[in-house]
Amino acid sequence: MADVIGQVSRILGPVVHAKNVTRAKMLELVEVGEDRLIGEIVKLEGDTIAVQVYEDTTGLTPGANVYGSGMPLSVELGPGLLSAIYDGVQRPLEMIKAQSDFYIRRGVKVPPLDREKEWMFKPLSKAGDDVRAGQVIGSVQETQSIVHRIMVPPDISGKIRTIAAEGMTRIEKVIAVIETASGDHEMTLIQKWPVRKPRPIDKRLPSSMPLITGQRVIDTLFPVPKGGAVAVPGGFGTGKTMVEHQVAKWSDADVVVYIGCGERGNEITDVLQEFPKLTDPRTGRPLMDRTILIANTSNMPVAAREASIYTGITMAEYYRDQGYHVAIMADSSSRWAEALRELSGRMEEMPAEEGFPAYLPTRLAEFYERAGIAKTLSGQTGSVTIVGAVSPPGGDFSEPVTQHTKRFVRAFWALDRDLANARHYPAISWLDSYSEYVQDITPWWKEQAGEDWPELRMEILDLLQREARLQQVVKLVGADVLPDAQRLVLDVCELFKNAFLQQSAFDKIDTYSTVQRQFRMLKIIVTYYRLGAEAIQQGATLMKLRRIKSLSEITKMKFSIANDEMDKLDALQQRLEREMRRLGEIYAGFG
Amino acid sequence: MPDLDKQLYHAREYQGIQQIIGPLVFIEGIHNVGYNELVELRDENGHERLGVILEASEGAAVVQVFEGTTGLSLNATRVRFRGKALQLPVDTEMLGRVFDGLGRPIDGGPGPVAEERWDVNGSPINPTSRTYPTKFIQTGISAIDGMNTLVRGQKLPVFSGAGLPHNQVTAQIVRQARIVGEDVNFAVVFAAMGVKHDVARYFIDSFEETGVLENVVMFLSLADAPSVERLMTPRTALTMAEYLAFRENMHVLVILTDMTNYCEALREISTLRGEIPSRKSYPGYLYSDLASLYERAGMIENSTGSITQVPILTMPNDDISHPIPDLTGYITEGQIVLERELSQKGIYPPIAGLPSLSRLMKDGIGPGMTRDDHAHIASQLFAAYAKVKDVRALASVIGEEELTPLDNTYLKFGEAFESEFLSQREDENRSIADTLDIGWKVISLLPKDELHRISEEELVKYYGK
Ligand SMILES: Nc1ncnc2c1ncn2[C@@H]1O[C@H](COP(=O)(O)OP(=O)(O)OP(=O)(O)O)[C@@H](O)[C@H]1O
Ligand SMILES: [Mg+2]
Repeated sequence: MADVIGQVSRILGPVVHAKNVTRAKMLELVEVGEDRLIGEIVKLEGDTIAVQVYEDTTGLTPGANVYGSGMPLSVELGPGLLSAIYDGVQRPLEMIKAQSDFYIRRGVKVPPLDREKEWMFKPLSKAGDDVRAGQVIGSVQETQSIVHRIMVPPDISGKIRTIAAEGMTRIEKVIAVIETASGDHEMTLIQKWPVRKPRPIDKRLPSSMPLITGQRVIDTLFPVPKGGAVAVPGGFGTGKTMVEHQVAKWSDADVVVYIGCGERGNEITDVLQEFPKLTDPRTGRPLMDRTILIANTSNMPVAAREASIYTGITMAEYYRDQGYHVAIMADSSSRWAEALRELSGRMEEMPAEEGFPAYLPTRLAEFYERAGIAKTLSGQTGSVTIVGAVSPPGGDFSEPVTQHTKRFVRAFWALDRDLANARHYPAISWLDSYSEYVQDITPWWKEQAGEDWPELRMEILDLLQREARLQQVVKLVGADVLPDAQRLVLDVCELFKNAFLQQSAFDKIDTYSTVQRQFRMLKIIVTYYRLGAEAIQQGATLMKLRRIKSLSEITKMKFSIANDEMDKLDALQQRLEREMRRLGEIYAGFG
Repeated sequence: MPDLDKQLYHAREYQGIQQIIGPLVFIEGIHNVGYNELVELRDENGHERLGVILEASEGAAVVQVFEGTTGLSLNATRVRFRGKALQLPVDTEMLGRVFDGLGRPIDGGPGPVAEERWDVNGSPINPTSRTYPTKFIQTGISAIDGMNTLVRGQKLPVFSGAGLPHNQVTAQIVRQARIVGEDVNFAVVFAAMGVKHDVARYFIDSFEETGVLENVVMFLSLADAPSVERLMTPRTALTMAEYLAFRENMHVLVILTDMTNYCEALREISTLRGEIPSRKSYPGYLYSDLASLYERAGMIENSTGSITQVPILTMPNDDISHPIPDLTGYITEGQIVLERELSQKGIYPPIAGLPSLSRLMKDGIGPGMTRDDHAHIASQLFAAYAKVKDVRALASVIGEEELTPLDNTYLKFGEAFESEFLSQREDENRSIADTLDIGWKVISLLPKDELHRISEEELVKYYGK
């Protein structure tokens, strides 16, 4: 990158204008000044450009050179991404630390993927084979849990002229030469891909598998499928980051891309210290082995924050293309939108709602569109699921980012301030949240958990709705005046909230619930309601129902019965049924 | 540009400026100057003021003058560009001293002889260099230690309102805060932005009484100082704190008061520059700007020091959803909220039971750090107090007589919680064990089967004891 393409004329924080510009392309990656700060051309007008600079521009002077690259802002894709940590424009933070002190200084340049590291390459094709774009021609065991499939880049196809034999190699070494219509193409283990352009797929597939998160309120009430998109809005401290961390830890995705976009440094440190110690409940491997971290914290340059979302999703698509199910956590999409607003403001664009640029909804749509489950170019099934946190100002969901996001996601986990204040976690509101994916994944649940899953789920949701209406009455007259049949609804909902919906992220047993456990716990609580309602009809009192022995066990089952003790839950279910029947019979005898 | 050229430029002095709008000065016909760098302006009487370049373009600059522009004239003002950002001399000798918001001594003493000068804007800490804060700090205040535990390296603001005792509460924290069983190298960095003299006085007296004054560095930009200076005050203060913590390995507590005044100064500049406003006409970058301050807290590898931040802010109209507390809450690791209603009931400290939160609590409490029952009793107190609020609302509609016996029990618990657990004297320093015991005493007013968040074993061990 040496060509001078223009000179700086004006500096406005992260936005730099340049003049006398020749040969510039929109969205081209450039370097600015003698510190070679990296940036991207975001506006072209005659012979002037505007550049959004990914580093602090302190000390930059007008007249400084702007250097072109001829390339759009891209990420490097290849072995070594997993368990790495990058900033918003894919600078490797661990390696930067090794080169400087504990601060991120300006102008440091380190390649994203380790050039020296040796990988064991296994060819899966041979010379003479015809290969299509996206086809897998070899593999590398990237971490204990993930085999990195080496694919022909999406814009290349032809015949393999040569391919390396099985053996150790480095990422920049040529591993295959492909004869294409436009000449020979040398393949290494690295591909570059422009971050703002979705990677191509063969076709989209309908979603049918849930992304199991182990969080009961999510999986049971408001599920998201593999390839789905969900928003998690909530005021400060209501638990967005905890939800993102829990999903990153426990979900059954093959690969997780976690983007700390404009949030706290310590939250990233938390992940860095905790994930290597945790093991994936399915594979038994360290969680870090399947995780890529992108950290562009709130105090890091705002332009790189804007890019971080794209950097992350491009990596996610790359693993999807290898046939993996990838989940991407974006905490917080609002900080990304604010970065967009700040840059737009500095470019003196016309603002729309709340100062956000008019293209905010388009950008949001483009991002969430990149979620999906697909048949990949290599013929496999892979998916990208997006879980986007939203941080509405004042916790008010009517603001533009929440409202527009709602248009592009089909599930919504609304965090509620009152629940959070009462330390009911996760504070996902059962009244304001929804999932439009339930239909899609119902067959899966029926097969994996039980035929009656949809009925049980509907029944509890219905009870929660009834409870909300009854609470309106209670607020005016107290609960005492309600008949026992209605007070039972209140009791059961209280029980469901305490024993099922509340789930402590900090409790060893409670933090993760398998599908089987969730299903049984749900069934036990609904059974208590069904048989209780019958007993009351036969003349039993609520007092009697409250005194049955298994009730206190049910209250504490989430802490006392572990994921591998399903027989204990079954036994509890049977005990409950016996006790309730006996109660019913006593009264039926009188009736 | 070659270094020699640069030096020549820095020696160059220009006479005359083109325009003055409030604290902003527009200068043309100059060499190309660097964004965010420091500017020296001299008025007719040779009196020097400092400013910083907000916008640099060819041969021109927009400068924000910290000391204000009163008395500057268009023709006679002389300008020189320093070619670097504002820097603060840093040295341990600055402990016990008082400086203005730009780091110049105002206690009559000489300027510090320091070997190093640090850029006050700092640089972002690499997240991979941080260590996660987990050390419990006992403040001796039950509402904090028991339910919103502070840990070393945390940023935990106090959200207050006009007339509420945030200064007393903060001073009590400074007086009492310590790590149980540890005696360390500590310092306090105190930054005042736009507060009155008597507030500064109150803190100085309080530091003096406790005998910590020689461990305190003060940066004062009081109500009568030009408002733009406030924009630099927290930056100079945090630069001092970083030096003491990360170079000298001290445990530094930073008090920033009042962040609301800081934000207002920021809004003033933004409005003058005609920037597109966001909520309540605060600039759209308020979040990023505040983050560049609050994130300068924590602990890092290879240093045994720490920076714990307690910013104080007054919520306009007691409104927690106002952009200043709102954006602060989105950045800090929790908040201690003071509540007018409690204060009016005569409760000190009036720390709100529900909206207060410490996010780093989870790793700082429990066996070996505080006590095995801590997490559960705290969670139960929150849940029970939330219920009290509901019952009180109900009682105000239907009357206390109509409440169920259980509801009445909750009311009793609520009273006891406020008068015994929350309330304490300004000089009362409770041990964590005392705090938790009082928590158990009040929670034991409720029947056992209401206590869903407490385990059987804990009930056996602590309930009703
Ligand atoms: N599932 C959970 N289990 C236990 N505690 C939780 C849970 N969810 C949230 N919390 C508590 O709530 C606190 C705040 O949660 P979190 O940091 O996720 O909020 P947030 O919505 O991300 O806030 P912000 O927008 O300010 O980043 C946590 O520190 C933790 O104490
Ligand atoms: Mg968060």
